[in-house]
Amino acid sequence: MTPPAEAAAVRAAPPERGWPVLRTTAGDAELTDRLLAPIGTTARWWWILFALSGALTLLYVALIGYTVARGIGTWGNDIPVAWAFGIINFVWWIGIGHAGTFISAFLLLLNQKWRASVNRLAEAMTIFALVNAGIFPILHLGRPWFAYWLVPYPSALGVWPNFLSSLPWDVAAVTTYFTVSLVFWYLGLVPDLATARDRLSGTWRRRVYGILALGWRGTATEWRRYHVAYGLLAGLAAPLVVSVHSVVSLDFAIAQLPGWHSTIFPPYFVVGAIYSGLAMVLVLVIPVRHVFGLQDVITERHLQCTAKLLLAMGLMLAYSYGVEQFSAWYSGDVYERYAFLAARPRGPYAWAFWATLALNLVTPQLFWWERWRRSLPALFTAGVLVLVGMWLERFLIIVASLNRDFLPSSWHLYAPTWVDLGILAGSLGLFALLILLFLRFVPLVALSEVKQLRHELARERP
Amino acid sequence: MSRGPHGTARDARDEARGDAPAPLQLAEFATGDELRAAVERLRALGYRDVEAYSPYPVPGVAEALGRGRGGIPLVTLLGGLAGAAIGYGVQWYTQAWSYPLNIGGRPSNAVPAFIPATFEATVLCAALAAFLALLAGLRLPRLWHPELGVPGFERATVDRFWVRVGGRDRRAADVALTRRELEGLGAVRVVEVA
Repeated sequence: MTPPAEAAAVRAAPPERGWPVLRTTAGDAELTDRLLAPIGTTARWWWILFALSGALTLLYVALIGYTVARGIGTWGNDIPVAWAFGIINFVWWIGIGHAGTFISAFLLLLNQKWRASVNRLAEAMTIFALVNAGIFPILHLGRPWFAYWLVPYPSALGVWPNFLSSLPWDVAAVTTYFTVSLVFWYLGLVPDLATARDRLSGTWRRRVYGILALGWRGTATEWRRYHVAYGLLAGLAAPLVVSVHSVVSLDFAIAQLPGWHSTIFPPYFVVGAIYSGLAMVLVLVIPVRHVFGLQDVITERHLQCTAKLLLAMGLMLAYSYGVEQFSAWYSGDVYERYAFLAARPRGPYAWAFWATLALNLVTPQLFWWERWRRSLPALFTAGVLVLVGMWLERFLIIVASLNRDFLPSSWHLYAPTWVDLGILAGSLGLFALLILLFLRFVPLVALSEVKQLRHELARERP
Repeated sequence: MSRGPHGTARDARDEARGDAPAPLQLAEFATGDELRAAVERLRALGYRDVEAYSPYPVPGVAEALGRGRGGIPLVTLLGGLAGAAIGYGVQWYTQAWSYPLNIGGRPSNAVPAFIPATFEATVLCAALAAFLALLAGLRLPRLWHPELGVPGFERATVDRFWVRVGGRDRRAADVALTRRELEGLGAVRVVEVA
C-alpha cells in the first residue's frame, strides 16, 4: 500500500492558483514554532472565555446534580412528550461530532489536501461533542445510577439488556464511536506530541509531552507503520460516520409514531449530522485562525471547501425534507398526513417548522456565490444559523411528533423548564471549556502533515 | 557501546565470536531529498542496519529501507473478526440461550436485530487491534532511546533529517571508515552515540 499522502503527490493535482491550500512562506522550524505557539497562551481573551465557559460548566454540573437529586420531574418532560431536551441535545451533539470524523476519515481516504490543516481541530470537536452526547441519554434514563444495566454483564438478576430494542444499539454505537475517534485522534497526535517534547521549553512540559509521545522518534519504520495503521483507522472510522447517526435514527424510525416511523430516517439523520458538524467547524475555525494568526495555514481554501460541503449537505437535507413530506402524503395514512401536512406547518409548533426550513434550507444557498464563500462574517453567521436550525429540527421531530399522537384526548403542549435550558447552556459551556483547554495544551494543527504537505506542494511547483 | 540491561542471548553469542555490535553513528542532513539519497547510497554500499529519522515521512525512504507493514493489516482483520464473533456471540448467548424471552412468538435468535451491535463490536475491536498492533510492533511506549540524548537530535522531529548506522552490522564495524562515508554523503555532521 502506498501511503495516502504519497499517492496524492504522485497524482500531482493541477496547481490551485486562486485558492492555495497553504500560503505560508515560513521554513519548517519557524512553521513548527508558530503552530506550537498557542500552547501555553495566557492571552486575556483566553482567560475571559475560560472563566465564562467554566462558570457555565459549573452550572451544568450543579443542574445535573439537581436533576439526579430531585428526579426527572425537574425537566419539562411529561406524557405525551416523554422525550424532550435530553434526546434533542443528545442527537444534536452527536450530529455535530460527525463532521470531525467526516473531515478526518473521508477526506484522508479521498486524498484531499485541505484536510491537513483542519483535521486536528475538527477531530477534537468530535470528541468534545461526544462527551456531551454521552451525558444526555444517561440523564434521560431517569435513574442514571442504573446506567450500567445497559451493558450485558452477568448479574445475580439473571436478566440481560434486550438487544431487540434500539437503545442497546445506541450504547454500542456511541461507545464505539467515542473510542475509535479518541484512538484515531491520539494516533494522529503522537508525532506532534514528540515535536512538542523536543521543541518546547520547560522540564515538566517536556516530561508530560514526552510521556504522551510514547517515545516516538520519527524513524522510517515508525512512519511506514503509522501510515498503515492510520489509513486502516480512517477506513474503520468512515463507516462509523454513516452508521452512528443511522443507529440513533433507528430509535425513532422503529417506533410507530407518525413523524418518526419512516425509512428515510437513517440517511436523513446522517446528512443532517454532517451538516450541523460542518457548521460547527466554521464557527470554531474562523475565530481560531484569526486569534492565532493562522490565515496562511488555514486558508480561504479551507473555508471555501467547507462552505461548498455545507451547501451540498444543505441540498441533500432539502431533498430529505421533501421526501419526508411526500411519503406522508403518498402513504394515504390519515395520521401520517395529519402529522406532516397539518400539525407541523399549522400546529402549535409551526414556528419551529418554518424556522427550521428557513435556517437550514435558505442559509446555505448563499454559498452558490463565491463572494459569500469568501466573506468571513457570512460564513460564521451561516454556521451559527445552521446550528440553531439543526437544533430546532430535532426539537420539531421529537416534540411536534409526540405532543399530538393518535388520541386527541391525550394531546398536550410541551414547554422546557429553567433546568432544561440551564443544562443546554451548560453543555455549550463544557464544550467551549474543552475546546479552550485543547487550544491551550494540544498542537491544534497537525504539524507533521502540514510540513509534509508544504514539501509536496513545493515539489509540484517547479 | 554498552548494551545496558537489554543484552540478549544473541548479543552474548556475537560477542563470544568476537562479533560485538558496531558503535551507533548518527549523521544529520538538512533536507529530505539528501536523506533519501543517503539512505539509498548506504544500502548500495552494503550497510544492513540503517535507520532514517524525519519530522514527516519522506517519500522513498521507507521503500529504500524495505520497511513493511509489520503485519498490522492482518492483526486488524483478526481483531475485526474476533469483534464480530464476540458481538454476535454475546447477543446470541443473552437473548437465545441464557434467558430467551418469547415476545409475540418472534425468534429469539433475531439475526437482523443483532447486526447493528455486531457491526459496532467489529469496528471497535478492529480499531483497537490496529492501534495495539502498531504500538507492539514498534516496541512503544518506550520513552528513552539512546539517540534522544544526542545534542541536536531533538530537531529530528522539527526540521532535520538523520540517519543511523551501526548495531549488528559488520559493514559499520570500522568506525573511522563509516564516518568518512557518512561525511561523504553530504552530512552536516556525524555523531557517535555514547
